[in-house]
Amino acid sequence: MTRWQVQVDREACIGTGMCASSAAAYFRLENGRATAAQDFVEPDDLVVDAAESCPMEAILVRDGDGTVIAPEV
Amino acid sequence: MTTSQEPRNYPFGEAERLELDPTYEVLRRTEPVARVRLPYGGDAWLVTKYDDVKTVLSDLRFSRAAVLGQDVPRAVPMIQERQSILSMDPPEHGRLRKLVAKGFTMRRTEQLRERAQEIVDGLLDTMEKDGAPADLVEALNMPLPITIICEMLGVPYDDRAEFRNWSDRALAITAFTPEEITAGFENLQSYIAELVAERRRSPTDDVLGTLVTARDEGDRLSEEELVNFGVTLLVAGHETTANQLGNFLYTLLSTPERLAELRADPDLVPAAVEELLRITPLGGSAGFPRIAKEDVELSGVTIPAGDAVFVGQGGNRDPEVFPRPDEIDFHRENNAHVAFGHGVHHCVGAPLARMELQVAIGTLLSRYPALELAVPADEVPFKKGRLVRGPRELLVRW
Repeated sequence: MTRWQVQVDREACIGTGMCASSAAAYFRLENGRATAAQDFVEPDDLVVDAAESCPMEAILVRDGDGTVIAPEV
Repeated sequence: MTTSQEPRNYPFGEAERLELDPTYEVLRRTEPVARVRLPYGGDAWLVTKYDDVKTVLSDLRFSRAAVLGQDVPRAVPMIQERQSILSMDPPEHGRLRKLVAKGFTMRRTEQLRERAQEIVDGLLDTMEKDGAPADLVEALNMPLPITIICEMLGVPYDDRAEFRNWSDRALAITAFTPEEITAGFENLQSYIAELVAERRRSPTDDVLGTLVTARDEGDRLSEEELVNFGVTLLVAGHETTANQLGNFLYTLLSTPERLAELRADPDLVPAAVEELLRITPLGGSAGFPRIAKEDVELSGVTIPAGDAVFVGQGGNRDPEVFPRPDEIDFHRENNAHVAFGHGVHHCVGAPLARMELQVAIGTLLSRYPALELAVPADEVPFKKGRLVRGPRELLVRW
């Protein structure tokens, strides 16, 4: 299966800690703002949930050919 | 570090206006992970350092779901049996949260700013027509968030007298009897269940309608989860914002230097809202406990698995994070307060609350350059015995 690319817009992030809390394997807080633990990950609903739940829509998940998987706009 | 002394009683006492009990500061210096004794359910831990507060709120080794149906340390006699999103852990929590999260993003909330402005303008027109003095609680603070959450959820605004009454009881600690508190919740549940039934007859595209569709077409939540989610959104959607608006206005109108500063520079309103969020202890009681699922070390103290932990209200006044923590300063560099929580349960309505507070405060100050309290500040009556603090009445003239 194709791997997903995970990006966090650190300018948009306000550090709610939701992603780092619910999907700790994929996100962590650095100086109060989120960053992706790895740029490419195996598909996992936790990553989608984190992107769908971010109030700032600061998390972008795309599949191998660049199609946006989350968040849904 | 171990402690041998008797646990302190917690909550420390009846919340006095917007004062933060000085015990928080004492504990942060002397016993940052302290043993406390709750009125019911025994002893727990209380953390007072900012970093520990964030850890307890976001580290999944601390569970909210583990309190359900258990005789955990708490401020009210009733054992919590009713599940809500506030008492769910991941991944169940995420399953529910993402059903509504899209409707509450910063981007979506900003689209409601114009509508919020229109509501505030209309409410102030009416207040002006009725003449001074006016009670801001009834003229603005309550109707603004109620109107908005009603429109978002699809709850009829005309029903507000009833659901406000139930919600006031549901969020009581000592202000009502345990039976009245429980009845408040049950009335809210029946009310939302009726609105859900209506949507099954004629579907809507409001938040309640979205949740009904998610249940009926996607089986993504149970009937009980659906109803309780509606109750939580309705109650949390107005009680917190309305009371904080009253608290913030009370603070501003009784702190002339800060009020003058804000009037002179309206661009400071968003920063002022953040600072007021930081400094105002909204909670009027112990708050929600979390249960350690395994042994966890916090500031050198081991919290044994099974123990309850409270985060209290001291985190936003930790001087290591917020220099001169008791001072209101609209120019803090990095105001990373935890007024909306931290981690998975970070308030879903935070962008909405921020926007409503900014519009209401900004408009009041620009429209009424002479706005002032109509009674001495120390005579403003505050509610007692409730989960959240707020003025019962806020009389002003302009």
